Amino acid sequence: MAITGLFLSFFLIIHLLGNLQLLLPAEEAQLQYNSYSHFLGGNILVKLVAYVLYLCIILHSLDAIYLAYRRKKANGVSYSYDRRGRASTWYSRNMTALGIIIFVFLVIHFKDFWYHYKFGDLPTDVNGNKDLYTLVVVAFEQLWYVILYIIAILALGYHLLHGVFSAHRTIGLYHPMYNKVIRVLGVVFAVAITIGYIIIPLFLYINFQS
Amino acid sequence: MKIKLKIWRQRDSRSKGEFKEYHLDDVSKDMSFLEMLDTLNIKLIKQGDLPVEFDHDCREGICGQCGVMINGIAHGPLKNTTTCQLHMRSFNDGDTIHVEPFKAAAFPIVRDLKVNRSAFDNIISSGGYVSVDTGQAPEANSIPVTFEEAESAFDAAACIGCGACVASCKNSSAALFTSAKISHLARLPQGDKETSTRVVNMVNQMEEEGFGYCTNTEACQVECPENISVLNIARMNYEYNKAKVLAKK
Amino acid sequence: MSKTIEAPIPEGPIAEKWSNYKAKAKLVSPNNRKRLEVIVVGTGLAGASAAASLAEMGYNVKSFCFQDSPRRAHSVAAQGGVNAAKNYKNDGDSAYRMFYDTLKGGDFRSREANTYRLAECSASLIDQAVAQGVPFGREYGGYLRNRSFGGVQVSRTFYARGQTGQQLLLGSYQALLRQKQAGKVKLYARHEMLDVVIIEGKARGIIARNLDTGQIERHGAHTVVLATGGFGKIYYLSTLAMGCNASAIWRAHKKGAFMANPSWTQIHPTSLPQSGEHQSKLTLMSESLRNDGRIWVPKDQNETRAPGDIPEEDRDYYLERKYPSFGNLAPRDISSRAAKEQIDLGKGVGPLKNAVYLDFSRAINEYGKDVIAERYGNLFTMYKKITGIDAYREPMKISPAAHFSMGGLWVDYELMTTVPGLFAIGEANFSDHGANRLGANSLLQACVDGYFILPYTLQNYLADQIRIEKTDVNHPAFEESERQVKDQMQAFLNCKGKKTAEEFHKELGRELYDKCGLLRTKEGLEKAIENIKKLREEYKTNLLVPGTAGEVNSELEKAGRVSDYMELAELMCLDALHREESCGAHFRAEYQTAEGEAKRDDENYCYSAAWEWTGNASAPMLNREPLVFETVKPTVRSYK
Repeated sequence: MAITGLFLSFFLIIHLLGNLQLLLPAEEAQLQYNSYSHFLGGNILVKLVAYVLYLCIILHSLDAIYLAYRRKKANGVSYSYDRRGRASTWYSRNMTALGIIIFVFLVIHFKDFWYHYKFGDLPTDVNGNKDLYTLVVVAFEQLWYVILYIIAILALGYHLLHGVFSAHRTIGLYHPMYNKVIRVLGVVFAVAITIGYIIIPLFLYINFQS
Repeated sequence: MKIKLKIWRQRDSRSKGEFKEYHLDDVSKDMSFLEMLDTLNIKLIKQGDLPVEFDHDCREGICGQCGVMINGIAHGPLKNTTTCQLHMRSFNDGDTIHVEPFKAAAFPIVRDLKVNRSAFDNIISSGGYVSVDTGQAPEANSIPVTFEEAESAFDAAACIGCGACVASCKNSSAALFTSAKISHLARLPQGDKETSTRVVNMVNQMEEEGFGYCTNTEACQVECPENISVLNIARMNYEYNKAKVLAKK
Repeated sequence: MSKTIEAPIPEGPIAEKWSNYKAKAKLVSPNNRKRLEVIVVGTGLAGASAAASLAEMGYNVKSFCFQDSPRRAHSVAAQGGVNAAKNYKNDGDSAYRMFYDTLKGGDFRSREANTYRLAECSASLIDQAVAQGVPFGREYGGYLRNRSFGGVQVSRTFYARGQTGQQLLLGSYQALLRQKQAGKVKLYARHEMLDVVIIEGKARGIIARNLDTGQIERHGAHTVVLATGGFGKIYYLSTLAMGCNASAIWRAHKKGAFMANPSWTQIHPTSLPQSGEHQSKLTLMSESLRNDGRIWVPKDQNETRAPGDIPEEDRDYYLERKYPSFGNLAPRDISSRAAKEQIDLGKGVGPLKNAVYLDFSRAINEYGKDVIAERYGNLFTMYKKITGIDAYREPMKISPAAHFSMGGLWVDYELMTTVPGLFAIGEANFSDHGANRLGANSLLQACVDGYFILPYTLQNYLADQIRIEKTDVNHPAFEESERQVKDQMQAFLNCKGKKTAEEFHKELGRELYDKCGLLRTKEGLEKAIENIKKLREEYKTNLLVPGTAGEVNSELEKAGRVSDYMELAELMCLDALHREESCGAHFRAEYQTAEGEAKRDDENYCYSAAWEWTGNASAPMLNREPLVFETVKPTVRSYK
């Protein structure tokens, strides 16, 4: 859980950095983004990493299912009057629910972009690269899509808020001082990722509203 | 003051339980929570009813035998306090108090509020000790233990084994209990020698007893009467991972 | 007929007796050990350490406790520390000095050889505990730290913050569970011993009740060890756990084991005062607090000011005034009595005027709050939880409460009772503390008995039992014991009276505390005996126990315990009445010096009273074990 989680978190940084190119002026962004996508699709190393990524998503989800099963089994009969929530944060207790939101989002996300790019019949830009850029821009012209996106990213944010530091604990970081450092970095990371990923659809939606 | 109680009554682990309502009219603020239950029980016995069975012994917060869910919280509203040290001054006149046993698959209910926590003993049996026989010990001062080591070992060793960590955990994990013993012994030169076998055995036993996994919600430390640190869990994970990675077979 | 009894003591000078004993004691070879079974009742420090040590040697041990886990035995609650003559402080300590302090602390009413052995074995205990991972307090450099405790002038107390008992107990509990894992110990938690079974004059088993199912079980062995602790709970309000009881030793007493000095109960000076009728126990504040706390009462009995507003000149630091060389660290019996004296004079503080102040303001000024918090932090927190008062700002209110039973089953030098094969260790026996126990000596005695003494003396007994077959639990003696136990429980259930066992217990406790507590008089004791008899009669006809015997039934458990208390209480009064002297905790108003101190009568009472059950609780037989002092000469015990 921790290792796959941390790998996925790391991927989020790379993915975000790539996608920030969408914020460039339209013409420039289109060419650069498409060629970047092309580069990713063609590089063998990147392909390998991508397979690791798919594997991580699957393992992370399977692990989550196992944890939920263990929880159910270990809980036995549940409490009839339960106020235990006061002792922990809501998102730390609801990582599974947040995870499900993120997973559903991922399915949509893969279907709309990844599947289209890989197996769909996309037009090409002036450089001859598949025009993923236009696909993205068109998608984010729809308000409901932007809202869906933002909800999912918020879920991701809270998932990270707990997940990043929790993963370090699970790996075994027990030094009190470094734990404080990780706690702070975890929050910074979660906030940065959330803001970063929300800016893109908002920017595209506002700029390309016709 | 007047108190309305909703107390979980259950004959044994196989029966179904339910809340039963009781009223007490003469509760003093200076009473401890358990003394309030004593008062109720005397009343019940005189009415010809069966008293509420609950576990308790030292009533000074150290034996770890008492422990119930009070208004949905392990050991009640005060943080880092056992049930026996909770006093009625923490409640108001006219309050309704829900009292339920600690619930977890590994803690079967014996009756009413009494649960069987022998799973904890089994975890300790699997490795929570230093393997030294009586008579083998060297002179006490021959192995210095720094002040900091001793203090931090004590912090972990202070666990009273009440089970509030399991009861407070949404996963019913015994990670805090188990890790407290692991890090108590790992922090002392006398105990550290066996850390890698100890941690693997104890973690395996913890799973065998049917406790859940830790997902670091940290609720356990908040409700722990001794405020045992969740960093012990990280220490346990570290030692466990290390033992697994370095395993020779 | 009243007898003089003797405990054979090994020969040689006092410092060599134990070595001489060990050198000559019989042994059991390792392959014979695995054929022998030992029952140990109780899993406190004495029981757990004995069970673990014997299992390590290769014996098959069955370990019983009534709590839901062995880790909860009441040793867990001891706060202050454990004494050992390590002389790490270079302040002149030695086994001899510790022996002398203990003997003097007990007002010269203990057996010399036992007391010396306690001091002698103390150092090994610290070694053992440290090796088990007990996190004793340390100096920055890594060496063990000591503090001083009541009744002595050296620093020989080792401690683990204010939870020394807990940490020592966890050490022996872990050792016990290690042997359980190894298959050498069978653990019976939530089992209460209800009778000792004697076959051909020897203890060969017990009857126990499974408290979770109500099932009566028979357990056989080659020997039975009782490590069932003290019976201070007989006073109802005490520092003991709710479940502490005298039943195991009392039932052994009724099977022939003598009870020695049952009335010698230590009343601890630093407990929290009672706040109302509902109260079920009095919480102890460790005596170690007296290291830095100063005890005082207002000079004026009509004082109404808050403690902080009372100026120095209106305060009476009575311990410092009366006992200048020991001051606030005067032994427990003296401190308790002095507190009672002030309270009786009307100078008590608190709403019920039943307490005295324990003040830390000077220590906080001198060392700073942090140092005090490091030393006693958990005690201050506990005080706040119970009373709602912050003791860093305002003095604590403390008062005396029943705490420790110096009396108990009579045992010889080998810790064997008058029933062959029945041993009693720890607080359950009477041996080492005389008429008053020094602080931090009880953890020590429990551990030393279990780790270092019983393994040798029990083996000496077992060496003659190797040819004896495994006990047959279908023997008529088991049948008979089981029948008696069942009949008694049925009688409790059939009584269907109007009062619960708890209510009877409260009444009995009040009677004892008033008349057989800190201060005893002939008149009071006679009156108490009369009242106890009446109460006991009422108990037979007016007891109310709900439920049945074949299920979880904590009221039935209490009924049995209170029933035993009813008989023991009378014996305590008879013991206190017959001893026409004052010594240690036993203070008879008629026998005191001009300054109000205990006045011993060595000519007539220099013995341990070992009472024999005769079948009638009101007419026990007195046997005497004369106390012979070869090494020290009893002096007037002065702490001035």
